[in-house]
Amino acid sequence: MVSLLPTPHPKERRLIFANISKPGYAPDIENYLAHGGYEALKKALGMKPAEIIDAVKASNLRGRGGAAFPTGVKWGFIRHDDGKPHYIVVNGDESEPGTFKDRYILHQDPHQLIEGLAISAFATNVHLAYIYIRCEFPKAAKIVWEAIKEAKARGYLGKNILGSGFDLDIFVHQGAGAYICGEETSLIESLEGKRPYPRIKPPYFPAVLGLYMKPTIVNNVETLCHVKHIISMGPEEFAKMGSPGDGGTRTMCVSGDVRRPGFYEIPCGGVTLGELIHDVCGGMKPGRQLKAVIPGGSSAKVLRAGEVFKMKTKGPDGQMAEKDVPLLDLVMDASSLMAAGSMIGSAGVMVMDDSRDMVWALNNLNQFYAHESCGQCTPCREGSLWMSKVTTRILDEGARPDDAKNLKGIADNIAGRTVCAFGEACSWPTQSFLAKFPDEFEKRVK
Amino acid sequence: MIATTTRQADSLTPGFISEADELVSHYPVSKRSASLPLLHLWQNHFGFIDDSGVEWIAARLDLTPVNILELVTFYPWFRREQAGKTIIRVCRTLACALAGGYEVKEKFCQAVGLDPHCEHHGYGHAPPTTADGNFSVEFVECLASCGSAPVALINDDLVENISPGDVQSIVDSYK
Ligand SMILES: Cc1cc2nc3c(=O)[nH]c(=O)nc-3n(C[C@H](O)[C@H](O)[C@H](O)COP(=O)(O)O)c2cc1C
Ligand code: FES
Repeated sequence: MVSLLPTPHPKERRLIFANISKPGYAPDIENYLAHGGYEALKKALGMKPAEIIDAVKASNLRGRGGAAFPTGVKWGFIRHDDGKPHYIVVNGDESEPGTFKDRYILHQDPHQLIEGLAISAFATNVHLAYIYIRCEFPKAAKIVWEAIKEAKARGYLGKNILGSGFDLDIFVHQGAGAYICGEETSLIESLEGKRPYPRIKPPYFPAVLGLYMKPTIVNNVETLCHVKHIISMGPEEFAKMGSPGDGGTRTMCVSGDVRRPGFYEIPCGGVTLGELIHDVCGGMKPGRQLKAVIPGGSSAKVLRAGEVFKMKTKGPDGQMAEKDVPLLDLVMDASSLMAAGSMIGSAGVMVMDDSRDMVWALNNLNQFYAHESCGQCTPCREGSLWMSKVTTRILDEGARPDDAKNLKGIADNIAGRTVCAFGEACSWPTQSFLAKFPDEFEKRVK
Repeated sequence: MIATTTRQADSLTPGFISEADELVSHYPVSKRSASLPLLHLWQNHFGFIDDSGVEWIAARLDLTPVNILELVTFYPWFRREQAGKTIIRVCRTLACALAGGYEVKEKFCQAVGLDPHCEHHGYGHAPPTTADGNFSVEFVECLASCGSAPVALINDDLVENISPGDVQSIVDSYK
């Protein structure tokens, strides 16, 4: 396992990783209880479910799985007393290249997830929940399963939790090596034992029709852990830690050509990209300059060093004004990255320096998407493979004059024409690498 | 379907069957949900999934065999042939590739005696495996450990920050 920095960087504020950072912290329930574990659950069981949902709304928590959707709003789609069974499925598929945070939670602090999940289940009237864990985390599945048994033995799960009358059963479900299962409707099909082809929308939210066609909440591992902290510290304080509309902390996973890659838990909007790379991560490798950043997992559009973005910001007089924001001054939160034409996504920040070949990097990602397309929709199944074949050929044999145009044509014909957002995920890299680094494609033309 | 001379389903033990029953009980709403868990159980027990496995799981869940076979052929994790005792899955994706993942994979192939350029064709085939059946090596996609790239999943162990020079001793520790 990656060792954390011995002491948090001054820009960090550890909620999710508070326990994990403590020397000798083990994933068993004794340790968790000794560090204040399950106190938030006790508090929540004394609240009304609607109060918990209101607290999550007020906390401005956004999903940490990729879409950054406001969690409280999602939960609000569930009607408490509609007489139907409701389910929660925890998304522990963590497969978006560049993302590596849920892994540590699942392996090292499983009770934090179970506590967050139990509170969330109480709020949304759920009595059966599944934690979907990718099978490439075989140890995590065992650890989480052990933790569930421990929690049940102590009365934090099972029948009549802590005398409240609330029942909840949780089971671990392992995936089988397919990235698409991270997409929430694919996850549900996979959990139903079917080929994991994403479902046609609408309905847009599994909260309407989800697992077994019943209202279902799908949330990321980190998202549900935050719920525990919202209850402990109160939604106002949680919201205040972040930026407007993006509350709490977010675990930034930094990989690639920085001196200190790793994960850093930082208040939402608490650093700029420049601070993240040059301060928190110790800068670029010796003698190297920044060339490109993919800020939110491999599907997020790439940004080029030196770019300047025109952004609307609220001035001191309260008026909206347009401002030039250079790349390194971009605030790492959901709204700023969206304004820069990319996304915070899963907060997997992949950094590349001036020794890197952008066609090579794009080809690596194209091969990923070609391998992982589930094959349900023709534009994605065929297009992701074509893009990968074209970039591989450019690397092997040089480019043909119309390759860039054709690549863009393929990508443009995938995005927006598929059942799920994999279509966007696989075309955004090609679209953005072509737009941001046209020179690298042109110079390869024979 | 792949022809085999012995049927795996003929050697099931009561212990295996009760483990299967326990897994099915995790899905009180729909037994079909136990498809993946039973496939994992089967593959962990036998090393791969033969026709009799597909049929047995289908029958246990009141499904037709194709409902199970279509999962085996979809998910990269499942295979219809025996793989090596130790399976080395090297991450191929961007962060690992930036950190030398391709070279590390080549070194693993050389260290166990496989052609570094042999390809894995998927579709239920085992990854390239040494003749003595001890090792398989394959590329897999992002293992969610990009901050400690390059990485490999060796059986159940994640090995991080692998430098090409470490590969031989890593392989030796699995001999
Ligand atoms: C192709 C694709 C892959 C995804 N992979 C993951 C994943 O590995 N983990 C995850 O939590 N969300 C993933 N998502 C996002 C989920 O669909 C869903 O939005 C998320 O789990 C909701 O949880 P949240 O609101 O807590 O973020 C993926 C989405 C798409 C389109
Ligand atoms: S790219 Fe190798 S672990 Fe993510």
